[in-house]
Amino acid sequence: MAKKKRSYMRTREDKIFDTSNVIFMIILCIFMLYPFLNQLAVSFNEASDAIRGGIYLWPREFTLHNYEHVFEKAAIWQAILISVLRTVVGAGVGLLCTAMVAYAIAQPHFMFKRSVAIIFIMTMYFNGGLIPTFLLMRDLGLIGSFWVYILPALISAFNLIIMRSFIEGLPQSIFESAKIDGAGDFRIFFKIVLPLSLPVLATVALFVAVFQWNQWFDVFLYNSSIKELTTLQYELMKILQNSSTSSGDAASAFVSSAGGSRESVTPKAIQATMTIVASVPIIMVYPFLQKYFVKGMTLGAVK
Amino acid sequence: MAQSSSAQQTIVNQEEKGFKLFLKRLKQQQALLWMTIPFIIWVIIFKYLPVWGWTMAFQDYKPALSFSEQEWVGFKHFLFLFQDDRFLGVLRNTLAQSLINLVLGFFTAIGLAVLINELTNMKFRRTVQTISYLPHFLSWVVAAALVSTVLSVDGIVNEILMGLGLIDREIIWLGVGEYFWGILGAAEVWKNVGWNAIVYLAAISMIDQEQYEAAKIDGASRLQRIRHITIPGMKSVIVVLLIMNIGYILEAGFEPQYLLGNGQNVEYSENIDVFVIKYGISMFNFSLATAAGMFKTVISFVFLIAANSISKRLGQGGLY
Repeated sequence: MAKKKRSYMRTREDKIFDTSNVIFMIILCIFMLYPFLNQLAVSFNEASDAIRGGIYLWPREFTLHNYEHVFEKAAIWQAILISVLRTVVGAGVGLLCTAMVAYAIAQPHFMFKRSVAIIFIMTMYFNGGLIPTFLLMRDLGLIGSFWVYILPALISAFNLIIMRSFIEGLPQSIFESAKIDGAGDFRIFFKIVLPLSLPVLATVALFVAVFQWNQWFDVFLYNSSIKELTTLQYELMKILQNSSTSSGDAASAFVSSAGGSRESVTPKAIQATMTIVASVPIIMVYPFLQKYFVKGMTLGAVK
Repeated sequence: MAQSSSAQQTIVNQEEKGFKLFLKRLKQQQALLWMTIPFIIWVIIFKYLPVWGWTMAFQDYKPALSFSEQEWVGFKHFLFLFQDDRFLGVLRNTLAQSLINLVLGFFTAIGLAVLINELTNMKFRRTVQTISYLPHFLSWVVAAALVSTVLSVDGIVNEILMGLGLIDREIIWLGVGEYFWGILGAAEVWKNVGWNAIVYLAAISMIDQEQYEAAKIDGASRLQRIRHITIPGMKSVIVVLLIMNIGYILEAGFEPQYLLGNGQNVEYSENIDVFVIKYGISMFNFSLATAAGMFKTVISFVFLIAANSISKRLGQGGLY
């Protein structure tokens, strides 16, 4: 965008600069991708062979066995189910609620426009903290329930501001003519504003979806003892924690509790495989949606 | 006398009118009210109500007792915190980690934005950007798994350093406390530099292209153009983000510290949030944990409000 044709007048200095810049960028890309690609290679490599080391970007002894092993367990399917559910439900419900409030506070004539906005924006500056929030969840009876993943994160002030700016940018004449035709606010919201706001809805849906998919702390905090409500990130976190303390490998618990005949599976291989499973959906999705992300990011940051 | 009473009369009338008008408008806007009231209730319950829990910091809170039965102890927990060597270490870690992240994060993101902007091949440029965002979208659990793998005894970092002859024995990176701040800073850069560069790239794209053309004609070199046009063009964004980030200085996050922290590096990894988790959730010392969390939030709040008003005063617009 910024530089158009600079092919004319390319000095020797320019060439040196460009070449070293490109080389730097390639190194940067390797730096960014290597840890992930390495785990991908390890996850497709025979586990006992991987212990010998020397696996970088490509498996030495290719096998699907690590994945077979991980997917053999019922726990993983439960974790996938909950991870997907909280992502879909969280994004859907969150989007609708955020959009509704954003619509209301984007109406120039709305009497409480400013006070409502301030009530939400204040939440960006403080929070009650871990323990009071934990006790609130307990008092609300949300501990041990799926809704503890959804309800506390219903509306984020940041997303609300992004959406409000977008709706404020819609041409006012549309609302006025709809009102003259006798449409109420709910009708205008559902029939006109939502369809016109698709770009910003996509942005916010993605922010929420990524947030929900990546959450592990609320599982740890509220539902750590409830197997039915575990998520992929939390399962990976348990493996990670146990491998770092190395007291009674959790990954090896994951290894040994699986039934049936098998070749060797190591904690290292299981960790690599779980890392890939927990991040693959995001990696597959984000390159296609990045323009929405970038739009939302710049909209939110530069006012 | 008569005049003043009639004046009063009109004021009363006007007030009544104002109130009636208020009711009328309220009725007109009832749909908008229905759209917001449920969420106002939500935000009060989920975001404001927990602040009431700060009372715990001034009590010896026992979960089994009701509020009126709790024993009030004043500032006991705060006094304990500030005489506790462990908490003072935690405070030092929080500030050090934040400062390192702030400085590293700033320079790397600005540098990356400038260099990406200098790429001439658009396709290559887009590829680089896409790849540089990737770690931002991964969870900290995944990132921590990757970081600990890369830094493990047989990991790539040890292998490269050994290969280059820079070290003669593998280092257990996460097992040495002194390395933790650096590792955390590097991990944060790896995860967020591409994402943080977006804002600066947006700022660069606002710079008038004619300035570059004019500089070229005047014979300015590539580096001179970066120094005298690109960097000054980003100045206002840099100032706002710097101020806002200083406002967030105590909010260093807890995920990487918690996930990469272990018994060996605890003296350097434990920050306020991790301290709260350990005292509150693992040791059930609710009052002490709340006091620590409250201390952090109150200081942060003051910082953030100050940062916001400074950046507004500079005419750059704040967070809202």
